[in-house]
Amino acid sequence: MDDIIETLHNCFPDCESPQELALDAEAVQYLASVIQNQGDWVKHRSTSLYTDPFLLEEKIQRLNKEELVTIFTAAWNPLIELEQLSIPSLAEAMKYWVDLAPIDERWQKNGPMQVAAGATTLEELVKMRILAEKTFFEELENFWKELKQRVGENEKIHYWDFIGADTYKETLDRAYMTSFLVTYGYATLELNPLEEETFIKPFGKPRAELADNRMVSVPISVSHEEWTRWKEEKQQ
Amino acid sequence: MKRKAYYSRKIKRAAQLLFYKRHMKPGVKGWELKNALGSDYPKILKVLDNHLEKLDLQVKTVFEGEDPKEKPTLEQLNRARFFVTLRGGLPSKDAKMMGWRIDDIAGLAVAISYIISKRGKAPREDVEDMLRSKLPGWRVEMNMKRYIKAGYLTEDENNMLYLDWRTRAEVDQKELVELLLSK
Repeated sequence: MDDIIETLHNCFPDCESPQELALDAEAVQYLASVIQNQGDWVKHRSTSLYTDPFLLEEKIQRLNKEELVTIFTAAWNPLIELEQLSIPSLAEAMKYWVDLAPIDERWQKNGPMQVAAGATTLEELVKMRILAEKTFFEELENFWKELKQRVGENEKIHYWDFIGADTYKETLDRAYMTSFLVTYGYATLELNPLEEETFIKPFGKPRAELADNRMVSVPISVSHEEWTRWKEEKQQ
Repeated sequence: MKRKAYYSRKIKRAAQLLFYKRHMKPGVKGWELKNALGSDYPKILKVLDNHLEKLDLQVKTVFEGEDPKEKPTLEQLNRARFFVTLRGGLPSKDAKMMGWRIDDIAGLAVAISYIISKRGKAPREDVEDMLRSKLPGWRVEMNMKRYIKAGYLTEDENNMLYLDWRTRAEVDQKELVELLLSK
């Protein structure tokens, strides 16, 4: 380190340009950081907790159990803690015991209620909302027939004209069913991106093979605002 | 006189809180002492510590994380845990009164000093290898579980062992290393 400082010192009078002086200053700064790191290392080594692991391992290996215990107990100050019953705690525990219900009362098992077996009718199941009035595919087929009727000879119908209904809830239901018509090959969507128009075209027969092909998802927003706009346009 | 009675009452209460086991983990948190004794609890503990000195006991503070380098703030004290420990160590022949075999204590001494020498953390495997050189394998495994359960050591998900709260409360690490090296 002294040699480097000496060299810098000798070269200093020859430095003329600011660039050369800046390089000199940079060199001095780096030297200072080296000294700082060395200082930190020495400081750590000199702390009383620094121990060479190999030295300590060697010491531990050399000591017998008794010596180790003697050393450890000199540096060990175990915790003091007590556990003791007192008359108030006993009295409190007795009160708790008196108030405590017997275990067969606390853990009383409620057996299953016995109900006479009987038959349930289809109407009852529909009423209980376990079964739908029509099966899903029956509903889908009816919806497909409606689409074909609405399209008539035009081949296709504007998406909103088909799904749009008097209420927003009904519109959502129809959009939901329409998505299944397309997914299961009963109909297809025709998109006109330039005019931002979407049409739905029913097939004459369901095309099951479409489900096996790679399908593309078409996100169509059916928001309340759009439904309101559609309704206003329809009224005009 | 009134002031003396006040402190006398508070010191008794502090001794009860510190000596009697209240939770699964021994000791009392600073905030619990603050609730029970008032915000001047550090002063009350200092007076109690002076009383305990005559009995070779002390009030020990274990801070969360590393010990503060300067005087701890009230917030650091509130988060710290307080214990009563022996002040001047224990004669080795008395150690067995605590229900520990000489093997168990020697193993604990080795594990703790090894971890200290590795700057506070060491792979469990290395510590176990060292213990196995003098203890049977089954006892090493049993003891490691015991040291961890008692709070002397803790282990992370990478099987690295660290010194836990009980070592920090009970063991004078500096003295242990000095004594080992002086042998």
